[in-house]
Amino acid sequence: MPALLIKNGRVIDPASRHDAVADVWIEDGLVKGVGANLSPAGAQVFDATGLIVAPGFIDMHVHLREPGFEHSETIESGARAAAAGGFTSICPMPNTAPVNDSATVTTYIVEKARRHAIVNVFPIGAITRGSLGEELAAIGSMRQAGAVGISDDGRPVMNAQLMRRAMEFARSFKMPVINHCEDLHLSAGGDMHEGAESVRLGLRGIPGSSEDVMVARDILLAELTGARYHVAHISSRHSVEMVAFAKLKGLAVTSEATPHHLTLTDAGMIPYDSNYKMKPPLRSASDVNAVVEGVVNGAIDAIATDHAPHAGSEKMQEFEKCPFGIIGLETALGIALEHLVHSGKISLGRLIEMFTVNPARILSIPRGTLAAGAVGDVTIFSPDRQWTYDVNKSLSKSRNTPFDGVSFHGGPIATIVTGKIVWQA
Amino acid sequence: MKGLLGIAELTREEVQAILDRARHFQVGPGQRFRKFDLLKGRMVVNLFFENSTRTRTSFELAAKGLGADAVSITAQASSVSKGESLVDTLNTLGAMRPDAIIMRHSASGAPHFLQRHLGIPIINAGDGTHEHPTQALLDARTILDRGKSLEGLRVAIIGDIAHSRVARSNVYLLSKYGAEIVLCGPASLLPIELRQLAPGVTLTTDMDEAIRGADVIMMLRVQLERQHEAAFPAGEYFPFYGLRLEHLKLAKPDAIVMHPGPINRGREISSEVADSQRSAILNQVENGISVRMAVLERVLGGDANAGAAH
Repeated sequence: MPALLIKNGRVIDPASRHDAVADVWIEDGLVKGVGANLSPAGAQVFDATGLIVAPGFIDMHVHLREPGFEHSETIESGARAAAAGGFTSICPMPNTAPVNDSATVTTYIVEKARRHAIVNVFPIGAITRGSLGEELAAIGSMRQAGAVGISDDGRPVMNAQLMRRAMEFARSFKMPVINHCEDLHLSAGGDMHEGAESVRLGLRGIPGSSEDVMVARDILLAELTGARYHVAHISSRHSVEMVAFAKLKGLAVTSEATPHHLTLTDAGMIPYDSNYKMKPPLRSASDVNAVVEGVVNGAIDAIATDHAPHAGSEKMQEFEKCPFGIIGLETALGIALEHLVHSGKISLGRLIEMFTVNPARILSIPRGTLAAGAVGDVTIFSPDRQWTYDVNKSLSKSRNTPFDGVSFHGGPIATIVTGKIVWQA
Repeated sequence: MKGLLGIAELTREEVQAILDRARHFQVGPGQRFRKFDLLKGRMVVNLFFENSTRTRTSFELAAKGLGADAVSITAQASSVSKGESLVDTLNTLGAMRPDAIIMRHSASGAPHFLQRHLGIPIINAGDGTHEHPTQALLDARTILDRGKSLEGLRVAIIGDIAHSRVARSNVYLLSKYGAEIVLCGPASLLPIELRQLAPGVTLTTDMDEAIRGADVIMMLRVQLERQHEAAFPAGEYFPFYGLRLEHLKLAKPDAIVMHPGPINRGREISSEVADSQRSAILNQVENGISVRMAVLERVLGGDANAGAAH
């Protein structure tokens, strides 16, 4: 494979504190150097004038539905959608069928991805067997097979003692424990955020407290065990406050927010439209403001999509029957630029940090920088090009999104994985 | 193409027009309902995914009273029990070209969701815990028939407010007339956000306070089937939130008692109250027919051109 020279882009690599117009030279899948006027012989040249060149984006929270639900998504289709969203690495949650709770399933995913995925796939293993919350899964073996974290996403561990043991065991392997924070008794039967809107629509509520009590419990357990603990898709203001407090105390606690929880509210939903139904639910405006504030002040470390494909027929039902979740890989960058950067809340550098070095550090994966010698994963994007999302052209197998037809300023231009351009706008 | 999904979407003028028109279809005590041919040649489908005797029968009689054909389908008898999705069921029915579908469903918003995908007007006969527009209309007609004005009326709605579509529709309707609406029930069935439903709403967990000075007392059924966990200790509902004769002394001397039915004697209302002179429960049932005739006429249109298309 010839060398690749990305010329004349604004190279922003927060991990190495680089922000200047430069060329990026990639050869044999690795970054050879970043500098002015590089001209390696025989290199393929990509003109990035006017564009941003960043380390490859990492989405630490996706659902690829394989094995088990291939009608909604496959590792191959999910990886294509990821590339179209500017992501070079994605981390699929273990709620497949079978659940990724053993080295066998982890290996299946890793091997399938190696052959069919155009981006890197770093699986998240289950915390408990079958994610049933009863006994610990084969955490060490999954680690050996390539899992980079553990989570019972969607079916949080309700037993505090079991969670404590999971944290202790994961700490032995330096793996983060990622929790979908939801007290299942407080949220039971709920379909949307509990508040004036749920009361008006006659839908059962999922109170913010169902998230908060779990975050509180887990932070206390993280202190007790010394574990690395990560709050998935944080959505409520009290949870953001508690994570900030945990960080202040010096605990190894991190968190992620999704693009939709940074932008949409319960009051802004189209009533009974399942493209607005997800967990955690779209919360109140004050919660959304708190999540944005968490991104600004650092309580939130990463932006993750929680890309959750569901086949059309599953989402074309009575609201209370529809499954939770929306797709999000292709719109994440557009939304984040529009609502965080163009609105003046954060810098481009901070945005890139949340998509690159931060998730890489949380999961201890060797990605997230363009320093010499790093793997040649690069995301090239325009900070201002206007485009409109057309979900019917999505590379995902599913169509469940509230962002169809929405226009953005700025979005992915090219996605490069180990020196190879795998997607271009 | 305009169905009736909820009271929230109607203006006060639209509500008033239905209430006025319903008088035209009312009959005197002991008389049979008159027959009209205003909707001759029209067809409505009654599609009930939830058990209901009074509402389904009432809609059926209303349609027939206007000369329309009415077909009633209950979920148990339809292909729903064979696993067909709601959208497919409605598309199948739609292919038979009814002029309107009257629908009751246990899921809030089911008719709203369907209306976005279906070109036939839908009349909501109750969706989950959301709205029951014709119930609120017949309640208002009943209040007016008792010589009361909706403006400035003090109405106590008591019971399982959280799970009540009747309460929501009544709140929306009464609020349009500037009524004072007191919602009352145990706090576990009375979310504080109810205050934001519409202007004029206050909340109390104290039944005496709710009834004091009331013109109308609306009792709601305890919807055990919609409560997924116990919202109050066993045996503690009637002692604290059941309506007994002595409560009526707190209300205005001419206050009336209403209940959307079916009533649970000894649970939310004592037999003495249900059978008392103050009870307007049977008037409500009677008005169900005349109000639904007015609603069907409005939705299907008295427009001769619309009829010519058939």
